[in-house]
Amino acid sequence: MKSIIKYFADIFGGVRTLLVGMKITGKYFFSPGQIVTQQYPENRKKLVMFDRFKGELIMPHNENNEHKCTGCGICETNCPNGTIEVIPTRIETEDGKKKRILDTYVYRLGMCTFCALCVKTCPSEALAFGQDFEQAVFDRTQLTKILNKPGSTIMKGVE
Amino acid sequence: MTETTENYQLDQEEYIINMGPQHPSTHGVLRFEVSLKGEMVRNIRPHCGYIHRGIEKMCEKNTYQQIIHLTDRLDYLSAHSNNELVCLTVEEALEIEVPERVKYIRTIMAELNRIASHQLWWCSMGMDMGGLTCFFYGLRDREPILDIFEETCGGRLLLSYNCPGGVMYDLHPNFQKRVKDYIKYFRKKLPEYDALLSGNIIFLERTKGLGVLTLEDAISFGVTGPTGRASGFSCDIRKTQPYSAYSKVDFKEILYTEGDTFHRYKARIDEMWESMNIIEQLIDNIPEGDYAVKMKPIIKLPAGEYYKSVETARGELGLYLISDGNKSPYRFKLRSPNFINLGALASMVKDTKIADLVAISASLDLVIPDIDR
Repeated sequence: MKSIIKYFADIFGGVRTLLVGMKITGKYFFSPGQIVTQQYPENRKKLVMFDRFKGELIMPHNENNEHKCTGCGICETNCPNGTIEVIPTRIETEDGKKKRILDTYVYRLGMCTFCALCVKTCPSEALAFGQDFEQAVFDRTQLTKILNKPGSTIMKGVE
Repeated sequence: MTETTENYQLDQEEYIINMGPQHPSTHGVLRFEVSLKGEMVRNIRPHCGYIHRGIEKMCEKNTYQQIIHLTDRLDYLSAHSNNELVCLTVEEALEIEVPERVKYIRTIMAELNRIASHQLWWCSMGMDMGGLTCFFYGLRDREPILDIFEETCGGRLLLSYNCPGGVMYDLHPNFQKRVKDYIKYFRKKLPEYDALLSGNIIFLERTKGLGVLTLEDAISFGVTGPTGRASGFSCDIRKTQPYSAYSKVDFKEILYTEGDTFHRYKARIDEMWESMNIIEQLIDNIPEGDYAVKMKPIIKLPAGEYYKSVETARGELGLYLISDGNKSPYRFKLRSPNFINLGALASMVKDTKIADLVAISASLDLVIPDIDR
């Protein structure tokens, strides 16, 4: 007799535990206001990333097409993966001195691990992280980017 | 096959199948060579190395600042603790005292990371046992933590937030409010986990009394973390060798004596409650001050041997570092909790059914990149 009672008690007890779980799923099923899913490609216009989000490395330019990079190459030596290549050039200034300036700033996005050491160690704060995260391309050669814009010069007062 | 089975005598009715390396419930590329007799598991031999990247060797070529971002990729679910370990070792070797603020920030971040890690484990544990509901509910609650990380650290999973001497950036102004809101939110949501899975009759039948790891075995294998504590092995590094701000907080070490799959599950659920307690004690008292000590651009550790360990979400992660006085370490050896917990798996699964192997390995919470490194 005891075993029969236990048999039915187990069945009803088991069904009860299932119903406890289904109460929660049912609650969310009938209150869709609590849904947290984002409709990603559709909400692209409204999507705002956080300020510190590391999407890609950028070199901010001002309205006169001037950047702050002196071409010192500290970011290049600090990068653990060889992502950055700073190609400097030498020019002669008005008072006859030779000066080293930035010619091309090559950034290979495909090799970057976003450790932020380049931005952190830059002495003239010439680098920053951009918010754009949609970096998919058809060919990996397109992942190599040149960060200084064509014709850009160094900002006055940055040494 | 011949070279792997030569030391093992098969019975007449025994046969061998491979589980993995591409198997959804090994959570990565791990191969189990399972000897079966009918449906019963006789023996199991794990084969590692499918995702070996040589991180320890790479670390010997990099400077101490550059090592940090590589340790993110070990156990990616507790990236903050891994970062913290390298920083603590470097700071101890150089005898630098970091500001109080840094200690508090590191402790809060590590505990948030632990909650996020246990949530993902809960997702995958439920999914391995056949309940897909858990996966969505766990990820829903994990998302706000990742947002907190993203706002302060700039990364969601691979944080790279620590640097030798402190942290990379100061806390975001919204940080405290967000964390407090989250704790309030998650205290309401965690009982749902119990209702959905912990009390479920199917789950209980499949986990109670299954895959018992005795205390003797746990100690002799060196199993740490929630897995070891479910067997009654008191091994919490946060208690035994407090680092950062753990000596200032009052928390309970979760201990069970049963050592079966269900209590390994229970230990992790209880750890989430304890992590919330730790965060609540610290979040209002973060002292003002610097967020990092100014370090030299090239860090050179004095020649010698150093060992330091931290408690990640999976157990004791130890770092044995030999320095010869140069700017990069001479030897960089990690004691990873997952590799050692995996060693104890064979003694747990003996004479269980093959379907239970999935449940037992899920309860160990293995992260494969940490095993292979």
